[in-house]
Amino acid sequence: MLSRTANELYWMARHIERAENTARMLDITSRMLLLPYHIMEPGQSWAEPWAIPLITTGLATSYYERYTELSAGNVLQFLICDRGNPSSIMSCMYSARESARAVRGALTSEMYEDLNATWLELRSKNIDEIYSAGLSEFFDWVKTRSHLFRGVTFGTMLRDEGYRFIRLGGFMERADNTARIIDVKYHTLLDSADEVGGAVDYYQWSAVLRSVSAFESYRRIYRDVITPVRVAELLILRDDMPRSLHMCMNAIYEILTEFSDASTREPARLAGELHAQLHYGRTEQIFAAGLHEYLMAFLDKIHRLGEEISNHFLVPTNR
Amino acid sequence: MAAAVYYDEMQATDGAVRAHYREFDAWLKNTPSTRIAQKRAEADLAFHRVGITFAVYGEESGTERLIPFDIIPRIIPEAEWKRLEAGLKQRVKALNLFLGDIYHDQAILDAGFIPREKVVNNSQYRAGMRGVDVPGGIYAHIAGIDIVRAGEGEFYVLEDNLRVPSGVSYMLENRKMMMRLFPELFAKQSIAPVEHYPNLLLENLRAVAPAGIANPVVVVLTPGVYNAAYFEHSFLAQQMGVELVEGRDLFVKNRMVYMHTTRGAQQVDVIYRRIDDDYLDPEAFRPDSMLGVPGLFSAYQAGNVALANAIGTGIADDKSMYLHVPEMIRFYLSEEPILNTVPTWQLRLKKDLAYVLAHLAELVVKEVHGAGGYGMLIGPAASAKERESFRERIIAQPDKYIAQPTLSLSTCPTFVEAGIAPRHLDLRPFVVSGREVNIVPGGLTRVALREGSLVVNSSQGGGTKDTWVLEHDAQSSEPAGPEGQSQQQRQQQRG
Repeated sequence: MLSRTANELYWMARHIERAENTARMLDITSRMLLLPYHIMEPGQSWAEPWAIPLITTGLATSYYERYTELSAGNVLQFLICDRGNPSSIMSCMYSARESARAVRGALTSEMYEDLNATWLELRSKNIDEIYSAGLSEFFDWVKTRSHLFRGVTFGTMLRDEGYRFIRLGGFMERADNTARIIDVKYHTLLDSADEVGGAVDYYQWSAVLRSVSAFESYRRIYRDVITPVRVAELLILRDDMPRSLHMCMNAIYEILTEFSDASTREPARLAGELHAQLHYGRTEQIFAAGLHEYLMAFLDKIHRLGEEISNHFLVPTNR
Repeated sequence: MAAAVYYDEMQATDGAVRAHYREFDAWLKNTPSTRIAQKRAEADLAFHRVGITFAVYGEESGTERLIPFDIIPRIIPEAEWKRLEAGLKQRVKALNLFLGDIYHDQAILDAGFIPREKVVNNSQYRAGMRGVDVPGGIYAHIAGIDIVRAGEGEFYVLEDNLRVPSGVSYMLENRKMMMRLFPELFAKQSIAPVEHYPNLLLENLRAVAPAGIANPVVVVLTPGVYNAAYFEHSFLAQQMGVELVEGRDLFVKNRMVYMHTTRGAQQVDVIYRRIDDDYLDPEAFRPDSMLGVPGLFSAYQAGNVALANAIGTGIADDKSMYLHVPEMIRFYLSEEPILNTVPTWQLRLKKDLAYVLAHLAELVVKEVHGAGGYGMLIGPAASAKERESFRERIIAQPDKYIAQPTLSLSTCPTFVEAGIAPRHLDLRPFVVSGREVNIVPGGLTRVALREGSLVVNSSQGGGTKDTWVLEHDAQSSEPAGPEGQSQQQRQQQRG
């Protein structure tokens, strides 16, 4: 497969996944705002809730380059409709559709038409319309379009190299985004009390779970109160949760092992290292080092892995 | 002066519906206009979603334009098509022989049928092609021959497109759309299928691979997503199941062509290139081209890669060469031309120039190297002022122009704002040469949507229609007996 084609497919998948996760993150932020303030425990204080999606996505700096004031309207505009922000939902879908257009021969007609239809519907929207139609409806729509594309891909595409690059891109982005979403909790409370189990804690952890569609699974598996240790176990270490870090790394490791040959061992080695850490990891270790620190280290490695993938497969060299 | 009477594809001058349109006409009369309006809207939506758009591509909405699609098909009866088909094959064979001759022995020049300086001094003549052997002696693997009808059985070739002719994807998508919108029409009549075009193209591209390659790697080379015909490039690559590459995906090493893949370099044997000669190789042609592949021409000259179409085909479809095609047919094939050629004045000749300047108001004047409906004067439609300014341009550089009589292009009923009205049209069949010469029945019908306009180019607001070649001509208005039944059965078998 052409390196350029692989590159476009990989980034197409990453951008769709990113749009979906941005919608998830914003959804959770707006839901948290619906929580009554009086459930706050003494000694706790809120971080400005609309700063959280900016911090977790790592986009705070670029936000303040474009906006002076932190407000719900600005943050939503910035993360949904702002074409000047390459990670806004609008920009992500635009990039995904452009990638698909550049290599549409490598997709099935259904895949292209589905993605194109998403873009044609999205491009005419603006933030006021989205507000008046309901934010949650919009976030659901983004998720649904992403589900649909994943389904069309799964149901129509030949299991060839292109399919694997699409999966690789999707899981790389999801691993990154899930880690960021789990970390939301770290940024939520400025002055975190040590004790767990308070009402605020409960709502916030359940919000995190809901944002990655894991709330019901949590109930089914643990049939018990929500604790940070279990949330971490579910979203980091379990490999039967489709958005967990472990599941993402299973897929990434498997794909890269298939790709790897004598000259391209490094990506598979790096993925193997990350995978082993999750496969043999324990929650005690994670919390001993600190959840936030653990997640930051993970993001760092995922970023490095992304660079290796790019160097070995996506950027042409006259090999 | 009485208004010109044009040949209408659907209606005879007495208003009667022509035999091959009767079935369609009955359907049109019996279908509620609301259903048709709804189907037309549906077609627009579907074309947008599939992404069959063209022209300037920018980042914001509104820059992706659809070519207007008209649901009234252009129908060609079988007997007429057979004749057209024979004429097209003959013409393309002769043009390929001409190219082979021009780039080798130049026998036609020695024989004095075409002035030598007109060929070798032409900007489309590629001296580097002289002596290069191309597989099968085929230069124009894909030819789009523009045909117009003036009267009953009277077809003229308007121009030959032998470089990178486009439009075939619209032919295929138009058919798909018609079958989707109005399946009942296809169940009633035997309409020759066109869907096998990509197969035919792939077969012929594989057939011209350099000798000794059992399983050639074929690619489509595109200038990129910003090209007006990008949809077609990606469409054909996808339909053939081959890679769509840009110049930057290819490189040349030891006069071999390779593409960058996720597994390293892979050799390429056949390139269906949709980039003009000038931009193909910055080392051989325009040095400022960012679209091409450095060293490609040298790999081609060495016979290590096949290009479709070959380099240098422009010398045969140049408008100044057009009037010599009948001579080519006689010279190479010893046959009389089947298709008519439009009488052409060459303004480089004093006698012709004087005539044309005296009759500007009746004639069409074209730039020899013009394309896309640009740089031409349609005398009868132009204002006196436009004619005067064109006159000055002609006098300044007469050899840049040719002139032809204004043809009365046939019309076909077409949906316009005010309902259904006749509009002028042409036809571009696609002739594919490789192992043999093949044409899928029909081609792309382009229609001038403005009333009275003779310019069908999409860049000038033209639209398209589905083109039907009926496999069995309707001989009479009587409902067919046993034959009609067998047609229906055949249709069912085809699925």
